[in-house]
Amino acid sequence: MKTRLNKWTGEYGLFLIVVILLVSLWEWVVRQGFIPAFILPAPSAIWRSLVENRQLLLEEHLPATLKEVLIGFVISVMAGLLIGIGMHFSRPLEKVLYPFLVISQTIPLIAISPIFIMWFGYSIWSKIAVTFLTAFFPIVVSTYDGLMSGGNEYRELLQTMGANRWAIFKTVQVPLALPSILSGLKMSVVYCVVGATIGEWLGASVGLGYFSRRMSGNLQADAVFAAIFLLSLLGIVLFLLISLVEKKLLKHRFRI
Amino acid sequence: MNICFGIWSTRGASGLSNASILSIKELAYSFNDGKPIFEYMSLNVNKGEFVSIIGASGSGKSTLFKLVTGLLEPGQGEILMNGQSQPKRLGTVGYMPQKDLLLPWRTVIDNVLLPVELTKQNKPKKRTEAQEWLTRFGLAEYEQAFPHELSGGMRQRVAFLRTLMMGKDLLLLDEPFGALDSLTKRNMHGWLLGLWGELAKTVLFITHDLEEAILLSDRIYLLKGKKGIQEVKINLPRPRNSELIYQPEFMSMRKELEWLIHHEN
Repeated sequence: MKTRLNKWTGEYGLFLIVVILLVSLWEWVVRQGFIPAFILPAPSAIWRSLVENRQLLLEEHLPATLKEVLIGFVISVMAGLLIGIGMHFSRPLEKVLYPFLVISQTIPLIAISPIFIMWFGYSIWSKIAVTFLTAFFPIVVSTYDGLMSGGNEYRELLQTMGANRWAIFKTVQVPLALPSILSGLKMSVVYCVVGATIGEWLGASVGLGYFSRRMSGNLQADAVFAAIFLLSLLGIVLFLLISLVEKKLLKHRFRI
Repeated sequence: MNICFGIWSTRGASGLSNASILSIKELAYSFNDGKPIFEYMSLNVNKGEFVSIIGASGSGKSTLFKLVTGLLEPGQGEILMNGQSQPKRLGTVGYMPQKDLLLPWRTVIDNVLLPVELTKQNKPKKRTEAQEWLTRFGLAEYEQAFPHELSGGMRQRVAFLRTLMMGKDLLLLDEPFGALDSLTKRNMHGWLLGLWGELAKTVLFITHDLEEAILLSDRIYLLKGKKGIQEVKINLPRPRNSELIYQPEFMSMRKELEWLIHHEN
């Protein structure tokens, strides 16, 4: 137990010290009046706002955003895996799809959002569309690259054992691609939070993005920061969850 | 080019049948850039023989194996298996590549059973068979271990067992002991020689190591690139053991073989 604590402090101790120092400095600067509170609220004020609005934030806006993030993530994962695998198996498909994928990532979200609103209205689907557009790309790339990376020697060995393409895909290529795919998932889930927030900013009636936009309109910087704090926390928690899955799945991978 | 030296005389009563399991006739192959690697090469392996192939890097040893396994198709010539031409060769011979290529996410037993799984054979029966072999290979307690927990020699034994579990009569071993340190290598030689009698397989074996080739083989083919191929017979009685290398007879064979390699005509 003690060694675990030691390991933990060794890993994160320095980071925590810096965070505490920075937050203290921030608090001090604002309290001294160097920066007006409506531009940069003190950490204590943000915390107070968080506690004051906790019911609204935690029971209404956070669940709404979480729902968009999760639905968007699930669709991104399914579509991303499907496209990545499809491109791996079919060269023509890859040639056709790849340019479109790149184009999809160069479209400015802000510019296309009115179209989403036109199509999906103010329903949850306009936010999910933005979320999907930001989050599916890393999964496609990591799946496709993961399946392409190496494994030639394994492929030949399995061929000499009489394996067909599907068997090789299943027994060697998917496990070999797994580390890359999981990296893609980690990136994607963080993008999902960003995407959902942008979607809410562009038009919504509920959600942390919507809340922070409304509060910034009221010049309530502390409430804006409270929402940002929750959004960032949400991203971190989701990221850690996938890291946990990754650790479980890749337990026996390490080679020293 | 059949060369037999006095002490190596032709094969005597070694108990080997003369049925050819692999016969390569007038084989030619060029890489995509048109550079030929073999020109009209022929060789023959009989059932139950241990045949080594020696050649410098780039003489096409590994390419030869890829042609035999069916990963590559010859430009010209024939590859006969058991006297018949075999257009679909993939899955007909046991191939052990240079690297062990054990799947790091599978346990030893699951790695060994990989070929069984791929060909959808009766797995429970084969599992018992594999476990018996693991015990004989001294790996019984590592059945559930992962490859990264094994030493180099152990990994090579597991890879060899995986090749055996393909259940093919002809095994192609591509420098299986090449990456091992000399002590481990010596152990593996003793191990393989001890196993050879009960194995009842035919082996085609690529190596750089002359000592290894003489110790293990019934015959050796020297691959000499464009100068063709040269056959050398080794008439040491079996069963052999790894102590053989210290005998004067063995040393002189080694010397002669070295001479053959350096003096091409």
